[in-house]
Amino acid sequence: MDKMFFDLVIVVVGIEDGMMVMIGGFGGLGGLMELIYVLIDCYLVMGYFKNLMVVNNNVGNGYVGFVVLIEQGMVVKLICFFLCFVDLCVFIEVYQVGKIEFELVLQGMLVECICVGGVGILVFYIFISYGIDLVNGKKVEEFDGCFYVQECWLKVDYVLVKVDCGDWLGNLIYCMVVCNFGFVMCMVVVMIIVQVLVVVEFGSIDLEVVVMFGIFVQGIVEVVNFVQEEQLNCVNVCYLEVVE
Amino acid sequence: MSKLILIQIVWCVVQDIIDGVYVNFGIGFFEMVVQFQFFGCQVIFYIENGIFGFGEVLVFGIEDWDLINVGKKVVMIKLGMVFFYYVDSFVMVCGGYLDVVILGVYQVVQNGDLVNWFIGFKGVFVVGGVMDLVYGVKCVVVIIDYVIKDGKFKLLEVCILLLIGVGCVMCVYILFVVVDIQDGYFVLCEKLFSLFLDEL
Repeated sequence: MDKMFFDLVIVVVGIEDGMMVMIGGFGGLGGLMELIYVLIDCYLVMGYFKNLMVVNNNVGNGYVGFVVLIEQGMVVKLICFFLCFVDLCVFIEVYQVGKIEFELVLQGMLVECICVGGVGILVFYIFISYGIDLVNGKKVEEFDGCFYVQECWLKVDYVLVKVDCGDWLGNLIYCMVVCNFGFVMCMVVVMIIVQVLVVVEFGSIDLEVVVMFGIFVQGIVEVVNFVQEEQLNCVNVCYLEVVE
Repeated sequence: MSKLILIQIVWCVVQDIIDGVYVNFGIGFFEMVVQFQFFGCQVIFYIENGIFGFGEVLVFGIEDWDLINVGKKVVMIKLGMVFFYYVDSFVMVCGGYLDVVILGVYQVVQNGDLVNWFIGFKGVFVVGGVMDLVYGVKCVVVIIDYVIKDGKFKLLEVCILLLIGVGCVMCVYILFVVVDIQDGYFVLCEKLFSLFLDEL
């Protein structure tokens, strides 16, 4: 039962056109640039992975990392909850010509939607966001004198997450705040691909510090040299320069 | 008219925070809040991407990109720092465990509603991440200037833009006065010594 893959291309081969893919990370923090670039390379060479629906923290920043997926036109729908970064130009360009459908969700709500999706709860009611214009058109119910907005689960087909250390069974440890979404996202679906900095022997992770358990994880791929999105953005590089 | 500079108003806000509370704050100059820790008053700062009790923002030095705040700035490691996950993070926010949140907003209405987004960039919504916070946190404190750059006032009687929080703001720190919101009205609490009431 070895979940290790030694090739970045083979590990993503199960993703099909039109699938809903959740990508972990909080901008550059936990952003898995290497796996995203494999998706893009496959798209450019073979034409796979088009019309993806993507769930992510934000719409990408600068000209590298997640934003290249949008730039290359692989994403038809984007669900995210934060827009307010400095360098939004790529997203704005694509959005203006109507190539991308965009849905804005509240941060805490998105986490809950993912969470209940993992457990199998279809609909839930939440008091947060009641009365604001973002949720106009959603069903509102009254319980015990308070108003609650109805929300649905969020089901996705694939999840891509970056972690710091893992064994070949898929028990994982995150580094500091990198864990942000990784934990909740991993619980949603059966197909999870993890980009790991260090893969260790089975049993060599301290039992009490295992954050993500192997039962959730289906594929692990080791990427030794991570590239940091912020550092690349500082020197204003774009996707093609990184590839070279 | 004399005004405080940003760091002074931040200092004013921190002074009013009592011992032992858990505090969240927005992106930008609010990060200066961390600098002020008064003797005998331990405030624990929370940030929603998963850190409790972090230090100041690092400007230069050894940067660890695995340790950043929501403003994507690298923060310092501090004694007693704790990490947590997003699920827990929003249990804390939505469950009402956090005591104070300090925000900058676009406009405040006198019944406590706040507006923190606007339609910019040709039709794209520009939104901050405060929507959950204003619903869950016990006390919402707002630091603003009294006008927006184009001259519109930030304190309003009736909201004209899209709301993001309903009846949640409790206290507004403007660059020369402090205003509380009580029973749907703005109530003046503090003002600069050099400022006369008729000037307001």
